[in-house]
Amino acid sequence: MSLFSRTDKSIFGEWWWTVDRGMLSAFLVLIVFGVVLVATASPPVAERIGLGSFYFLKRHVLLLVPATMMLIGVSMLDRRQIWRLSSLVFAGSIVALILVLATGTEIKGAQRWIRIFGFSLQPSEFTKPAFLIVAAWLMGLQKTKENVRGNLIAAGLYFLVITLFLLQPDLGMTVILTASWAAQIFLAGLPFRWLFAFGAAGIAGLVAVYFSFDHVKSRIDRFIDPSSGDNFQVERSLDAFQNGGLFGTGPGQGSVKLGLPDAHADFIFSVLGEEFGLFFVLILMLILGFILLRGFNRLMDHDDMFTVLAAGGLLTMFGLQAMVHMGSTLNLLPTKGMTLPFISYGGSSALSMGFAMGVVLALTRRQRRSSISKGGM
Amino acid sequence: MIFHRHLRRNAIKLEGQRSATLDLARGRLVLISGFFVLVYVLFALRAFDLTIIQYKPISSAEDLAQLEQGAGEVVAHVPRGDVVDRNGVLLATTLKTASLYVDPYLISDPQAAAKRLSAIFSDLKYGTALQKLQSAKRFVWLKRGILPDEQYKVLEIGEPGLGFRYEERRVYPQGSLLAHLLGYTTIDNAGQAGIERSFDGLLGAGGGGQDLALTIDTRLQHALRREIEATIDEFSAKAGFGVIMDVRTGEILAGVSLPDFDPHHAGKAPNNALFNRLSLGVYELGSVFKIFSTAALFETLNVPMSTTFDAREPIKVGRFAINDYHAEDRVLTVPEVFMYSSNIGSAMMGQAVGATALRDFYRDLGLLDRLDFEIREVTKPLVPNPWGEVSTLTASYGHGIATTPLQVVAAVSSIVNGGYLVKPKLVKSDIVPPREEVRVVSDKTAHRMRQLLRLTVTDGTARKADVPGYLVGGKTGTAEKSVAGKYDRKKLISSFVGVFPMDAPRYAVFIGVDEPKGTKASFGYATAGWTAAPAVQRTISSMVSILGLEPKHIVAEQDIAAPLKHYIAVKGAH
Repeated sequence: MSLFSRTDKSIFGEWWWTVDRGMLSAFLVLIVFGVVLVATASPPVAERIGLGSFYFLKRHVLLLVPATMMLIGVSMLDRRQIWRLSSLVFAGSIVALILVLATGTEIKGAQRWIRIFGFSLQPSEFTKPAFLIVAAWLMGLQKTKENVRGNLIAAGLYFLVITLFLLQPDLGMTVILTASWAAQIFLAGLPFRWLFAFGAAGIAGLVAVYFSFDHVKSRIDRFIDPSSGDNFQVERSLDAFQNGGLFGTGPGQGSVKLGLPDAHADFIFSVLGEEFGLFFVLILMLILGFILLRGFNRLMDHDDMFTVLAAGGLLTMFGLQAMVHMGSTLNLLPTKGMTLPFISYGGSSALSMGFAMGVVLALTRRQRRSSISKGGM
Repeated sequence: MIFHRHLRRNAIKLEGQRSATLDLARGRLVLISGFFVLVYVLFALRAFDLTIIQYKPISSAEDLAQLEQGAGEVVAHVPRGDVVDRNGVLLATTLKTASLYVDPYLISDPQAAAKRLSAIFSDLKYGTALQKLQSAKRFVWLKRGILPDEQYKVLEIGEPGLGFRYEERRVYPQGSLLAHLLGYTTIDNAGQAGIERSFDGLLGAGGGGQDLALTIDTRLQHALRREIEATIDEFSAKAGFGVIMDVRTGEILAGVSLPDFDPHHAGKAPNNALFNRLSLGVYELGSVFKIFSTAALFETLNVPMSTTFDAREPIKVGRFAINDYHAEDRVLTVPEVFMYSSNIGSAMMGQAVGATALRDFYRDLGLLDRLDFEIREVTKPLVPNPWGEVSTLTASYGHGIATTPLQVVAAVSSIVNGGYLVKPKLVKSDIVPPREEVRVVSDKTAHRMRQLLRLTVTDGTARKADVPGYLVGGKTGTAEKSVAGKYDRKKLISSFVGVFPMDAPRYAVFIGVDEPKGTKASFGYATAGWTAAPAVQRTISSMVSILGLEPKHIVAEQDIAAPLKHYIAVKGAH
């Protein structure tokens, strides 16, 4: 693969030799998985709501172009460009979140979407990675410059964001954001006693949420005691896996997906299980695990706090999101509508994941022998 | 310098702090990695559990349906046999009909499907349909036994969750025409009455679904039913019944009991309609029994036709008096007793025969025992017990003894066919069994009885039954119904048994009507001569053209009854 010479100092050449090509390939494989699964899972959903059979598939593929461009493009940026871009995205998404609350259309009981160029965008999807990068920068700054109260500012921003999230209300996003930020705080070296305190506060917060949002309460009740209510989606999802076996029914041959309202998005993992079987379920899990472990491992070499916090937080977000999605479909976690990164249909999700993982790729690029300059000190 | 050193120390200190926190961060990265590895391994195990350990493939809809239904309801592969009449006309058959079910798991748009289903089936409400389409089961019946056209429309909806199961449904192309003899089945094709019940083993899957041919002639059945129905309507009767029998074999060519019912919806029919009056109903049929008492007289005492009976005075036995309905108030010969249907004369005949001999004769004709018949809807006649002197008198003119109409027709056939006992037969047999040579009366008695029956139609109470050219003979019977132990003069069972042609009898046609009421046209009479006899006449008229029987026009002098004419006193001569 001598597309670029090792001594090529152009942006592309440098990028090619420093970027983690293994992880990049893994993302591209996920995207291919996603196209196949949306192709088989979305036509019944589209027909059910009166759209053309391939409505979702076309839009999915159409959105993958900017998402992939975002992934590769962002992975070429350096850290300064990254946090500048992230600050802009963060500020823009906060404005959009407020706009959504003021004018957004309500879909399925929540105001989350604004329409841009004929596509509905969910600003919170972009707030999430942007906040983690901004928070990482602020917390990293506190480590190097004692007079900057980075942690405090990050905490302030955090409360602003979750207030906006909960007003929508979007609990899943809040939980993912909180957990990812908690991972950053953890990486930043917060003593364990503080972590326990935060953990307790988090649990208290969840309990408060449980009692203040009826739909959350019923969903958790149903998870704990399946007989207490209608578990239609989860039961169908389990049927799908049970129908799958080792190699599945074959692409397009699944029947349980016909009864799953969100087969192309929040339950796409079940479709994988039914049509491709345990074999491909494990392959997908291995790819996801590879991305996470590879990412965390590459961070070990880095001595820059911002890089560790930002990439660590984003990888945690990626991992948690996949975890919630798979856990819901496997009935190991309460049902929470969560897309499977790069695979589920969902324009905002694909774009924001392209952005977030682009940042991870950029930050985990091999450093130019920084140890040499270190040695000169 | 000091300042510089201070700065430098600070920088080193800061550098040291940074590497310490970075080391801490690296350690914690390992922890986070470990957390994810743990979670993913757990998920992988769960996926293994679901896909491999709990592997439960969804097979074809047909398999599903069978699973949900349980083994017991699996459609039998052998369809129930057909029932045809003697000419091969289909009377009962089994059709494969589609029944619609839903697998709610596979329904993608329950609202739209429910809407379209309720438009196809007028009796399927949108709400009911939606409820079934969204139920938690894997198999729910939506509608059983749908038409091909409806099935086509359901297929057009294109929902994969809507499926069909093919069921076998019993269909009676003749509708209610043969309801009582043929019977009916349950929705699961188990015979419930008539042939369907009694031959369940043969027709059903257990017997290999064999076909069955009956002795019935559908054309004659139509004619008989039409005439009985017309008679019931004309005389506002409660019910009616009738039989056409081949007198030589006992084969039933037609058998009607009205009111009847639609065998496809037997469950909705009232008991009154379900009741088979031919074989399960017992009636005191009155003067028709004079055929038997007169035959007994000839058979046991071999008296000449000229024997007379004094019918001037009613017979008094205790507080009981026997009167004549068509009172002649004179001494009557045997033909006169018979043709004018004198109760007094017949009672005297019975007296002459004697209690034991008369009873034995009745028993030989099969009138005292449970009807021996191929369907299970049979009953025992009501026979006086003990059989005293009065019983002998009343039994001679058909009172105090109640039998099924079928028994009576078979007994009449046994006498007129030359004296060979026949049993009512409903199932046609290709193998002609060796003729059972059980004689009940001699040739001579049989001949005399034919003459008497013919005389009754030419000159007696049944003149309205004659069909010129076909030598119809017969006997009327007008019996008062016994209501709460007393005979009610207003409530009659009027019946007539006709036989033709009398020179070589082939067919016996019997019709009875329950509680006919007189009309203007009948001058208020509801007796057999005005009700049942004309009905039999019309039935025979239809029969001869259906069967293509040619008339034989003979002069009165050559009539079989002609020799009896000189035993009859000229009217008004005395």
